[in-house]
Amino acid sequence: MQIGVLHARIRLEEKLIIAELEKRGVDLKLFHIEKLPFSLDSDGALETFTQVDAMLERCISHSRALNAIRVLESWGVTCVNRFEVAEVCGDKLATNLALSQAGVPVPQARVAFTPESALEAIEDLGYPAILKPAVGSWGRLLARVNDRESAEAILEHKATLGTYHHSIFYIQEHIAKPGRDLRAFVAGDQVLCAIARYSDHWITNTAKGGRVENYPVTDELREVSLAAARAVGGGIVAVDLFEAPQGLVVGEVNYTMEFKNSIEPTGCDLPARIVDFLLEVAEGRELIPTPAPAGQVALSAVAAQGRGGTS
Amino acid sequence: MTNTTDTSTTNCPECDAPLQREEGVMANEILPCEGCGAELEVTSLEPFTVELAPEVEEDWGE
Repeated sequence: MQIGVLHARIRLEEKLIIAELEKRGVDLKLFHIEKLPFSLDSDGALETFTQVDAMLERCISHSRALNAIRVLESWGVTCVNRFEVAEVCGDKLATNLALSQAGVPVPQARVAFTPESALEAIEDLGYPAILKPAVGSWGRLLARVNDRESAEAILEHKATLGTYHHSIFYIQEHIAKPGRDLRAFVAGDQVLCAIARYSDHWITNTAKGGRVENYPVTDELREVSLAAARAVGGGIVAVDLFEAPQGLVVGEVNYTMEFKNSIEPTGCDLPARIVDFLLEVAEGRELIPTPAPAGQVALSAVAAQGRGGTS
Repeated sequence: MTNTTDTSTTNCPECDAPLQREEGVMANEILPCEGCGAELEVTSLEPFTVELAPEVEEDWGE
């Protein structure tokens, strides 16, 4: 069996996964995404790629990862995660739509294409509201908009100084979370473990210095997380959740998750569990999730209750 | 200045501090320079070479 890892920078996560694959004696091939041109000719598939039984995508750049997976899948390479998953998870607008359509509870969100209509959307959601880039990570460029004056200033700055996609204004209701948010690690139909991320700052992302503790995998967390993972297309994902008054809501889903700060507090050997799943896929495990179970109906009811606003 | 005789050492391109290749380090791994704190990317293991790591780009993340 041969496993490929598509990468650029080697973070601790990639290092741990690679060490785990080597420990199991897997025939491992590393592919540096920045050093490989991809031919789009009909006969352009490179044998070095098509020989792998599964390719784990671990690139730090979303756009490069997305386009590489697109090409690799066209060559018949099994990628973890799939193109559909990367496409949906890499764009918060697409994620919110996919989750919402699947009945998964999400924060209320709006999209607008001009500062004027964005201001209207913010006032519709009420202050404070959250402005996020649709594509981005690590809590970068998030803005909590507390009043009309700051809304006007931030929108003008984004429209004037940002590239064109900063004028696709993604606006989300503010969830008054209790100083923490939650993250569930999912592989296929299993929640591996969960953490709570604490911070005095309203952004609780660990990339911003948030503190991590283990969080029990409750029935609600399991149900919402698996529904979210299924809604974005399955695979190995990290589901970020907020504790809203009406229950858990899903903020985003990460398809190339970082986990170095989560191994010790959870006691879960995440690199090993990721490799377990990867090897199952290489042996033929189906990556596309099965249809939602009956419990999804109850989830939809929770989601519907959640549309009342929580800011 | 890079040591041309010992292929397991190099120097930080920012502050010129000597750097030793440690066991287990991988190509493309990011290492902090102990001299100046700059983020360095390992570009080769043998000989050991590093470059300043690229700045974070807008679509980077998880």
